[in-house]
Amino acid sequence: MQALNPMDLYDIRSELSDEEQMVQDTVGRFVDEKVLPNIGEWFEDGYFPRELIPEFAELGLLGSSLEGYDCAGLNSVSYGLICQELERGDSGLRSFVSVQSSLCMFPIYAYGSEEQKEKWLPPMARGEKIGCFGLTEPHGGSDPSNMKTTAKKKGDDWVINGAKMWITNGSIADVAIVWAMTEDGVQGFLVEKGMKGFDAPEIKHKMSLRASITSSLYFDNVVVPEANRLPKVKGLKGPLSCLTQARYGITWGGIGAAQACLRELLDYTADRKLFGRPLTQTQTTQLRLAEMSRQITLGQLMSLRLGRIKDAGKLHPSQVSLAKWNNIRMAMDVARDARDLLGGAGITVEHCPIRHMLNLESVITYEGTETVHQLIIGRELTGEMAF
Amino acid sequence: MKILVPIKRTIDYNIKAKVTRDGSGVVTDGVKMSINPFDEIALEEAIRIKERGEAEEIIAVSIGVSGAQQQLRTALAMGADRAILVETEEATQPLHAARILLKIREEEGTDLVLMGKQAIDDDANQTGQMLAALWGRPQATFTSKLTFEDGWLKATREVDAGLETIAVELPAVVTTDLRLNEPRFVKMPDIMKAKRKPLDQRKLEELGVEAPAKLEVGTHEPPPERKGGHKVESVDELVAELKERGVLS
Ligand SMILES: Cc1cc2nc3c(=O)[nH]c(=O)nc-3n(C[C@H](O)[C@H](O)[C@H](O)COP(=O)(O)OP(=O)(O)OC[C@H]3O[C@@H](n4cnc5c(N)ncnc54)[C@H](O)[C@@H]3O)c2cc1C
Repeated sequence: MQALNPMDLYDIRSELSDEEQMVQDTVGRFVDEKVLPNIGEWFEDGYFPRELIPEFAELGLLGSSLEGYDCAGLNSVSYGLICQELERGDSGLRSFVSVQSSLCMFPIYAYGSEEQKEKWLPPMARGEKIGCFGLTEPHGGSDPSNMKTTAKKKGDDWVINGAKMWITNGSIADVAIVWAMTEDGVQGFLVEKGMKGFDAPEIKHKMSLRASITSSLYFDNVVVPEANRLPKVKGLKGPLSCLTQARYGITWGGIGAAQACLRELLDYTADRKLFGRPLTQTQTTQLRLAEMSRQITLGQLMSLRLGRIKDAGKLHPSQVSLAKWNNIRMAMDVARDARDLLGGAGITVEHCPIRHMLNLESVITYEGTETVHQLIIGRELTGEMAF
Repeated sequence: MKILVPIKRTIDYNIKAKVTRDGSGVVTDGVKMSINPFDEIALEEAIRIKERGEAEEIIAVSIGVSGAQQQLRTALAMGADRAILVETEEATQPLHAARILLKIREEEGTDLVLMGKQAIDDDANQTGQMLAALWGRPQATFTSKLTFEDGWLKATREVDAGLETIAVELPAVVTTDLRLNEPRFVKMPDIMKAKRKPLDQRKLEELGVEAPAKLEVGTHEPPPERKGGHKVESVDELVAELKERGVLS
């Protein structure tokens, strides 16, 4: 009997096509070489490594699921693997790619006019233009139907007023996909950097997702031409469909974060000798490692199945909720217990678990909090809405 | 110029190989396989030569199991124009591989065979040299720098005494050393494009290349476990210990 791969006890790898394996290997190597040597320092310094953006673009990671417009046209499982490998590096870098790809390029692709697509998608794929996605508002992100940012028609233009909060990439974005309430319900607008009355200051003092930029967006009578309105969608289903794309990728991301923690822990506990024997020779350590592995394996099965359903065009958003809830809770549990098993060493960024653990505090909150996803499953089961 | 780049499927260099119970070989079942790193360097060099406009076509060729298609697909995604798989279940020994490569080279009419100096599985470091001999053409081995001029190539070689630069008339065989270049990352769109590039699958038997085995493998053994070091109190003690182990006399 050969030994199993501790990161892949059920040999998920053998379920992947040659192309999918190639995607995983390439992004994995990129993370090993370009991210892992520096990420501890970036996190500690609260520094988002913008210099990696051209490299993400060069690899084809931006908008990788889209067809045409200089995009790679990968399937959903490949996109998931990209997220998994990036988040094995850091949730902040995965967030950048999720936002650019799923929350910005996807809505332009799915709901934009041909001119909007031509104008934005190729430079966004090349990493020359950065996007952000403004849905959450300061008064309550879990309830987007209570949207207070408004867009009012004025002649051929729209006038936007309001504020958005916790917006990834906000301060470095060239274009913000802003969801605002109109007489016709929620609609999406492309608000461009430098438009009069639009400001995007960075939110400082974060203890989580430190290698990522998070901002507020303020709109004070911002005049946006009709040509910048996303013409093909009305209502909350617009932003929610984008979130389904991004959340799907996040389910894979959680696996990567958890794997990074377990990997580090396996080495550490084998070397750490206490009471005359390595930690790995104690039963409680083994139980804890085994539990992590069980949880990771379950998460892998969920994401792979989800990816296959998505590629078959049969994905239901509630299925994504179940996996987002499960896999991020799983990753958080793994990261916290890994932190604990490292003892004092676990509180510095020399070891990855505390960084992942802190990052996951954002990941469990954004793209729908854990509670919101549980309530979505509750609604699916009972038909009752209990939000 | 057309370039032939042989690609061997080997256990990924990050994986610690395990010897099978009976010592007949190493475990490959369920183990991550990759392009032999030296071959990847050869392919990268070929792509750079083509990008400089000094070659028109890069053909990747692998001799091995049907699974080696995956490594050829990776080669196509990196930038090879087309690929040939010579399919066989048997492990190929250097001389056999050289004969097969010679035959493929003849069919394709390539002027340059750019290949790894060795494969990290058997570390034979023989195939390139044997191919040059069988072909009757010059060779530049352990190359760490490569340029072309008027039908000749100039290769800087890493030799014991330092660096040696030789000029070799084409057609020729070049084998690559580690420092020749750093292979690029495969790009996502190219992974999709590679699916549409031609990959020609041929059975070894149909090639009609005879090469009875010249080597017989006795047994495989894992390297001895490394023992941890220990601290000595003084220089005298260090010298004594080194003498005891026959390192100093
Ligand atoms: C680092 C980071 C990056 C982000 N990036 C983006 C971005 O790019 N774009 C964007 O639009 N948003 C972004 N967000 C915002 C994120 O989506 C919201 O924070 C999230 O949706 C929660 O909204 P909230 O913070 O207003 O919390 P609230 O909605 O106020 O929730 C507070 C608490 O109440 C719970 N709760 C809510 N409703 C109920 C209920 N009915 N019953 C019981 N409990 C309930 C929640 O689960 C939570 O625990 C980001 C957030 C973070 C932290």
